[in-house]
Amino acid sequence: MNSVTLDANHIRRLGELARLAIEPDEIADVATKLTDIVALVDQLQAVDTAAVKPMAHPLDRTQPLREDLVTEQDEHAVYQQNAPLVERDLYLVPKVID
Amino acid sequence: MHNRTLAQLAAALRSREVSSVELTQYCLDRIARLDDELNAFITVTAEQALMQAAAADQRIADGEASPLTGLPIAHKDIFCTAGVKTSCASKMLDNFISPYDATVVARLERAGAVMLGKTNMDEFAMGSSNETSYYGPVHNPWDHALVPGGSSGGSAAAVAARLVPGATGTDTGGSVRQPAALVGITGLKPTYGRVSRYGMIAFASSLDQAGTLTRSAADAALMLGVMAGHDERDSTSLADPVPDYAAELEQAWDGLTIGVPENFFDAGLDQNNAACVRQALGELEKLGAKLKRIELNNVHLSVPAYYVVAPAEASSNLSRFDGVRFGFRSEQQSGNLAEFYERNRGEGFGAEVKRRILTGTYVLSAGYYDAYYLQAQKVRQLISDDFARAFAEVDLVAGPTTPTPAFSLGQKSNDPIQMYLNDIYTIGANLAGLPAISVPCGFVEALPVGLQLIGPHLSETVLLRTAHQFQLATDWHQRVPAGYA
Repeated sequence: MNSVTLDANHIRRLGELARLAIEPDEIADVATKLTDIVALVDQLQAVDTAAVKPMAHPLDRTQPLREDLVTEQDEHAVYQQNAPLVERDLYLVPKVID
Repeated sequence: MHNRTLAQLAAALRSREVSSVELTQYCLDRIARLDDELNAFITVTAEQALMQAAAADQRIADGEASPLTGLPIAHKDIFCTAGVKTSCASKMLDNFISPYDATVVARLERAGAVMLGKTNMDEFAMGSSNETSYYGPVHNPWDHALVPGGSSGGSAAAVAARLVPGATGTDTGGSVRQPAALVGITGLKPTYGRVSRYGMIAFASSLDQAGTLTRSAADAALMLGVMAGHDERDSTSLADPVPDYAAELEQAWDGLTIGVPENFFDAGLDQNNAACVRQALGELEKLGAKLKRIELNNVHLSVPAYYVVAPAEASSNLSRFDGVRFGFRSEQQSGNLAEFYERNRGEGFGAEVKRRILTGTYVLSAGYYDAYYLQAQKVRQLISDDFARAFAEVDLVAGPTTPTPAFSLGQKSNDPIQMYLNDIYTIGANLAGLPAISVPCGFVEALPVGLQLIGPHLSETVLLRTAHQFQLATDWHQRVPAGYA
């Protein structure tokens, strides 16, 4: 598989998907570097893995289960001390026209 | 005082040669005097440390001390610490005061260890040189113009410069072992799941593991004994019993077969580094180990597999940072909610973190999952199978930790691929969930070189014992950078 060259449109689209603003003057550099990274990871495409199961856990363990009980207490007051903006126990975002 | 190991300082505390308050103050003074030039700490918690030290002295006086009681340590700033800034070296969390303690932090505190502060690191642990930190790079104590390695570079530099006798780190692709090698100390990455990840800010959840940065394998055993064990708050933490690592250290060590993967010594390895590592292997042979040539055929695929799995998991894990409930919020006006998130994240994250989020988003985007993430998980299985085959014949695998000694600040920071290739020898253990340790094994042009030992799952006792035997026979781990002796 030939590796792709990512252009400005790819980067803008990825930025939207990732909810990440990328400044116009950063886009060219991001595109070049991401193209290099994709070329690096594209080495995987040449490996024959038809008979290989994807790894689920490095130690082949399964996840333990527990009773579905409430174990944590409501500590929103503590957590909201880190919030940029709170009113009446609610997290606020700036008013936006959506 | 500062050249003593945790084990030696524990003895000094028990014999009342020194109190924990005196020892803590001594380390704090050293940090105040020397850290400006290193930038190893993001936050120093002097007041809290002296209170913990006073409590530790009381505990020692009451005869209720455990081996770590009263000993100063530092935590990588990726571990949540209640009431103390926990930044992950990111602008995104520059204002974040953690409401709770990570399990690692809580366990060490319960054992009586004294926290001196939080150490610098690559932003969100994404880097191999400590240059991606929002708080500026950490400098290598051996030469301030060089990087200390990353991402646990602050912890590594602080221990190497004798500011603190031991520190925690995390290792997703080599972030404990690689900086340990580049500053000449001992770095242990335990088996995946051996230490709880609760409260350790997530990077790549199937790879992340907490580890130790110390000046000896004996000290790593002391710290791991406290840190390891099942935690119901981390469902991936292993329930297997925790051995008494410190006591196991002294058990008989013979009849060990060590596998040497010849492809670890190919053209990518600096020949002077190779010579140091070969000499260390000779030393292990003299001590009674049998060396056996092995093949790890898929090791060249570890970097590409890692740079699918890690960014994919990171792009998912870092989606929680949106500037709504905590963290950085942009001052700029947004026209809609999506733009609001984009601004907060675009301004809050640094360039390398953004690259990894975008890479992860790319490999997980519609239609690409099978070609990238699934394929990487299959290749990961192949790499793991290579190790399993090797461990059917040998007890441990040994080789270099890094391709070269420490490199210059700025040398690779604009070339992600060159930076990523620093982790070529360490990533395999993360992909396969194996424990591994790096120990100092020589010098190239006055810069330290690391020997890496990798073991089967849950073989920490054998790894630590082997490293300990090596350190009983050599003194590379006792070399001190000029200016810090």
